[in-house]
Amino acid sequence: MRTALFWVFSISAVASALGVVGNLRSPINSALSLVVSMLALAGLYVLLEAQFVGLIQVMVYAGAIVVLFLFVIMLLNLRGSGTRGAELQPIMKAIGSLVVFGSTLWLVRTLAADRAPWPDVDAGFGTTRAMGEALYTDYVLSVQVAGVLLLAGIVAAVVLAKKKVD
Amino acid sequence: MVEAVTENAALRWIPLLPLIAAAISGAWLVFGRRELPRVAVIALACGAPIASFAIAVVQVFALATELPADARFYVDNLYTWISAGDFHAELSFLLDPLSAVMVLVVTGVGSLIHVYSVGYMDDDHRDDRGFQRFFAYLNLFMFSMLMLVLGDNLLVMFVGWEGVGVCSYLLIGFWYLDDYNAKCGQKAFVVNRIGDFGFLLGIFLLFWSFAQAGVPTVEFREMAANVGLLANQTVELPAWLSFLPGYPNWGLLTLACLCLFIGAAGKSAQIPLYVWLPDAMAGPTPVSALIHAATMVTAGVYMVCRMSFAYSLAPGAMATVAWIGALTAFFAATIGLAQTDIKKVLAYSTVSQLGYMFLAAGVAAYSSAIFHVMTHAFFKALLFLAAGSVILGMHHEQDITKMGGLRRRMPVTWAVFLVGVLAISGVPPFSGFFSKDEILLSVNLAHGIPGHEWLWLIGLATAFLTAFYMFRLYYLVFTGESRADRHTQEHIHESGNWILFPLVVLAVLSVIGGFFGLPDAYGELFGVEESNSLHHFLQPVVNAAEHHVDHATEFGLAAITTVVGLAGIALATLLYYWRRDLVPKLVQAIQPLYALVRDRYRIDELYDAAIVRPLAGLSRAVLARIVDQGLIDGVLVNGTANFVRATADGALKYLQTGQAQSYLFAMLLGGALLIAWLVRGA
Amino acid sequence: MGDISPFHFQVVAALIFMIGVLGVLTRRNMIVVFMCIELMLNAANLSLLGFSREIGNDQGQILAFMVMVVAAVEVAVGLAIIISLVRNRDTMDIEDVSQLKW
Repeated sequence: MRTALFWVFSISAVASALGVVGNLRSPINSALSLVVSMLALAGLYVLLEAQFVGLIQVMVYAGAIVVLFLFVIMLLNLRGSGTRGAELQPIMKAIGSLVVFGSTLWLVRTLAADRAPWPDVDAGFGTTRAMGEALYTDYVLSVQVAGVLLLAGIVAAVVLAKKKVD
Repeated sequence: MVEAVTENAALRWIPLLPLIAAAISGAWLVFGRRELPRVAVIALACGAPIASFAIAVVQVFALATELPADARFYVDNLYTWISAGDFHAELSFLLDPLSAVMVLVVTGVGSLIHVYSVGYMDDDHRDDRGFQRFFAYLNLFMFSMLMLVLGDNLLVMFVGWEGVGVCSYLLIGFWYLDDYNAKCGQKAFVVNRIGDFGFLLGIFLLFWSFAQAGVPTVEFREMAANVGLLANQTVELPAWLSFLPGYPNWGLLTLACLCLFIGAAGKSAQIPLYVWLPDAMAGPTPVSALIHAATMVTAGVYMVCRMSFAYSLAPGAMATVAWIGALTAFFAATIGLAQTDIKKVLAYSTVSQLGYMFLAAGVAAYSSAIFHVMTHAFFKALLFLAAGSVILGMHHEQDITKMGGLRRRMPVTWAVFLVGVLAISGVPPFSGFFSKDEILLSVNLAHGIPGHEWLWLIGLATAFLTAFYMFRLYYLVFTGESRADRHTQEHIHESGNWILFPLVVLAVLSVIGGFFGLPDAYGELFGVEESNSLHHFLQPVVNAAEHHVDHATEFGLAAITTVVGLAGIALATLLYYWRRDLVPKLVQAIQPLYALVRDRYRIDELYDAAIVRPLAGLSRAVLARIVDQGLIDGVLVNGTANFVRATADGALKYLQTGQAQSYLFAMLLGGALLIAWLVRGA
Repeated sequence: MGDISPFHFQVVAALIFMIGVLGVLTRRNMIVVFMCIELMLNAANLSLLGFSREIGNDQGQILAFMVMVVAAVEVAVGLAIIISLVRNRDTMDIEDVSQLKW
């Protein structure tokens, strides 16, 4: 079961990643591809016993960040790809594809040999409770700093995006 | 050093006081807005050498009375200047009999000349910062000269040596706005440098040899104690020097002493490096008196006497010194016969008398050489200062053919000048007689030097010529009718007190100075034992050759010298006092020879054509154009700059595309390489 | 998980990362470039979580969480910058903002 899930999620993740990059039409298409990728990745996270992180991935990444992207795209009122000339330089396309697929083949070949075992983890690994406990006891400083960082980000975003009305 | 060293911290003040005075005057000129008030300048400038003189007198007195004859020296060690392994060189001063005599002469005569300069430079209006600048330089010179004579080792002496060279340059070209004066200063400095090169070679050779022998030192006392280690060492000459006598092996000490003598020849104006001294007369007269008569030019003699422990073991070098001294003395005297500038006559006379001093040193009569240094300082300074008085009185006229009859208008100057010429001509009982006579006596008895009889004859001939041309000068300047123009004649006046006072003091010294070195033979006539105080004072320090001669020979030789001198005076009186009309006829008769002598044998022109012009041409064509402009400027400096510019402009700048993506790509590439390297390495 | 080893996850993460790099270097639309950067961050997160599970230590998950927080801030600020850029220059092409060139 898990094997099947793994394959489903990974193939969607990779495919939608390709969609983000190789999409030649409007950026909205790229954004939608990105959502799919995020969700697939969230699935993969859950498979890795990181439920909390997976949850946050859906809520924050797929739910807020990509939405933010979409808002900005709409705000800027884009038509088409928004760029003049070719989107992807042919040379880079060629090299890039070569690299990506070449390495994939190589990785898959190596993969065929690797069968490392999974260690056992207790049931509470990666649950919200466990993460919450860890965050608010051992890593509480990081949480506070992250908070300050978020505050700074908000202020910055507001200031930078303001229209100069004066 | 093994023997007990008596420390004396007062010695350092002797050179330091003039240095402080010079530093204050100089700094004030550089940073201040106006000059110091005259009174301050005079107090500072004259006070320092006089104070130094006072200290020197006290210390020398203590030296002579409180210390036993075999350990008669004071040392003042300021600090260790160089310390490298076994080798130590200190900045320290040595007061022993030899440096004591020199210090007294330098500070004493120097102080008198400083006082004189107050009067002489007072009307100087050619450079409005001239008065203070002059005294700053003069004090700086005193400092350097005192470093030279008080130095405990060759390095301190060399510092002073160079210092006096610089001050000489500064003072000769004092009125630098006139191009000629500047050139004369430059000539003095350059010729000196040639001598200094030889000096340095000598120092290096000595140091290296001593170090090889296990005693790395440049200190005089230590070298003297250990010179025996080098006595038999030889140097192998390379094949291209095969024409030199004594090839293939030369004594090490001979070579070193000859190198040192090149330095002495440069500083003390001997053949072939004398050419700067006559041109040095472009400087103010007090400078000529102090530097080019009494003190700086005697530095070479002092150096040879100081290194007497080495010279006595290098007979080849001694012979060279003696012969060059004698030849220079005669040569310069002949030139002096035909000169018409009052200062030039005195300049050539100085060169000639310096030749006498080296002649004495060459025959190991070191105390006689120093004795002559002392008496020469007295009467030559006197003559120069009196000449300065004449020049001032004649409104800066220096041509003796335009003078005459000054006896009546400048009586004091006349009187002291007469004393001076009597002294230099060796007329007893003036000081010059005793010192010159002692030299000639030693030469006569110097059987160790090849051809010493000829040396004696040359010395006698020079004495004749000296008396002749000095009295020629005297008669032409002070006697007869004035040949100056109406305007100048009306304004001839005797000089002020600042000028006359030193003149009188020097005249007195020129008269009585001889009695410091009254030969024992004379002393015995008056019942005084060991009357040659100077000689006995210096004896422990210099390796003088002792002669034992019976009184008859001594008095006989003295008589010959006196007669020769009087003969010169007689001839001068004939030609320049009684029968002046004979002179043009004589000159006509020997016209070509006379022209040659008057043009100083065209030696300057010879040097110019053979050395100066080729070198300058070479410098201009090769060194300046090809090496400096072409290679260094063109290839190295401009070339590198152009190369960098071309590379950057042609290729490197295209790396900055301004596009974030290319930068990112470069970063990724670099990162990938780094990771690959790290992973592989592991 | 039968024949799925931890390495598989790393492979996926590497793949997505490379695809992200490809996108960053080749796309000309600023926003798309930005999205590819997000892809890269996610791939890194996946890798972190994979290792965290393999070792059995939850620190990787904490770090992944922090990465997400930072990514969120970064997106906010970055998009604000893009907005001002587009407003001032009226272009979304990265190649048009290359004033710092030779």
